[in-house]
Amino acid sequence: MITPLTFPVAPAQAGAYPTVAPVRPRCIDKESLSRPLPAQGRRTLVWLMVAMMGLFAATPATAQDLLPPAPYAYKQLDDPAQEAKALALMETLRCLKCQSQSIADSDAPMAGDMRHQVRERIAAGEQPEAIRQWLVERYGDYVTYTPQVRALTAPLFAAPLVFLLVAALLLRRRFRKTRGGKP
Amino acid sequence: MSDPTPTRRNGLWLWLPLALFFGFFVLVMFGLLRPADRNVASAFVGKPLPAFDLRPAVPERPGLRAADMATGQPRLLNVFASWCIPCAAEAPQLAALAQQGVAIDGVAIRDRQEDVQRFLAQYGNPFARIGADDVSAVQLAIGSSGVPETFVIDGKGVIRHQHIGDIRAEDVPMLLEKLREAGR
Repeated sequence: MITPLTFPVAPAQAGAYPTVAPVRPRCIDKESLSRPLPAQGRRTLVWLMVAMMGLFAATPATAQDLLPPAPYAYKQLDDPAQEAKALALMETLRCLKCQSQSIADSDAPMAGDMRHQVRERIAAGEQPEAIRQWLVERYGDYVTYTPQVRALTAPLFAAPLVFLLVAALLLRRRFRKTRGGKP
Repeated sequence: MSDPTPTRRNGLWLWLPLALFFGFFVLVMFGLLRPADRNVASAFVGKPLPAFDLRPAVPERPGLRAADMATGQPRLLNVFASWCIPCAAEAPQLAALAQQGVAIDGVAIRDRQEDVQRFLAQYGNPFARIGADDVSAVQLAIGSSGVPETFVIDGKGVIRHQHIGDIRAEDVPMLLEKLREAGR
């Protein structure tokens, strides 16, 4: 269920939001309209622009931190072999903020922190699969893009074998029929 | 092929693909219209807090170690940040919980000291301890995927409940109940 959110914004904070210069209809009128428009149309356009500038002015500060990224968020490991291992793992881990992206793709601060975590652990000699399991223990299978064999997913892995088996049985029956019965 | 005259049995079989199609259609529409749950629940509920040691986020409060949470009494662990707007929205509810005697510890995610101080000055400080988690290490270690999140920790330091998102006024009785359960 989605319910509308209301947030208290104190007057002190309102000043911190980025605002464009004070909006004056007159100056927009003069400077940005090269071709004179009929009075009615011009007034509408000016008010449209004022409304648009109002939109920009009302844009709230984005919910983003001011801290620099974690040391290994955007820095590769010195050892190319280790970096390749880390990257291969990061490409198969889901960013929990931008849920269709991998942590290798995402610019979310949390994805940066996850890359830092992965690279540090790889540098410390941990195996990629151990790191994946560490995350799965905390976030469930959702955090990894590689399919995991579980009770729920086992039928998917078993299905090809079952189909092969059924196909073999059907073919066997058919071959037997042609050999024994008809000429 | 073997029987050219359509029987009653064959007639029923003819309808099967259409029935399957409608079944599939209903399934797809159900999946499309049902709002998806984008929250990622922690799989760490029921497990003890992993060891961590965070430096103080502000000089007014001590930092936070996992051992500080196992005090014999249930506590709340609030994952928050000064840059997070819903964290400001849940401040009155945290204050109400603190007023009812609930011990609350905080983990400030990716935050600067002056920002946390400004945030606490503006919205109140219900925290006994506040640890600074600059690279979201503790957040990842407990399976939290955003701010704000609130964890109920029992007296032995075991995570008993995770509340994702801001605490609304209607969530307060539920959290008190979870704390009571954790205290048993």
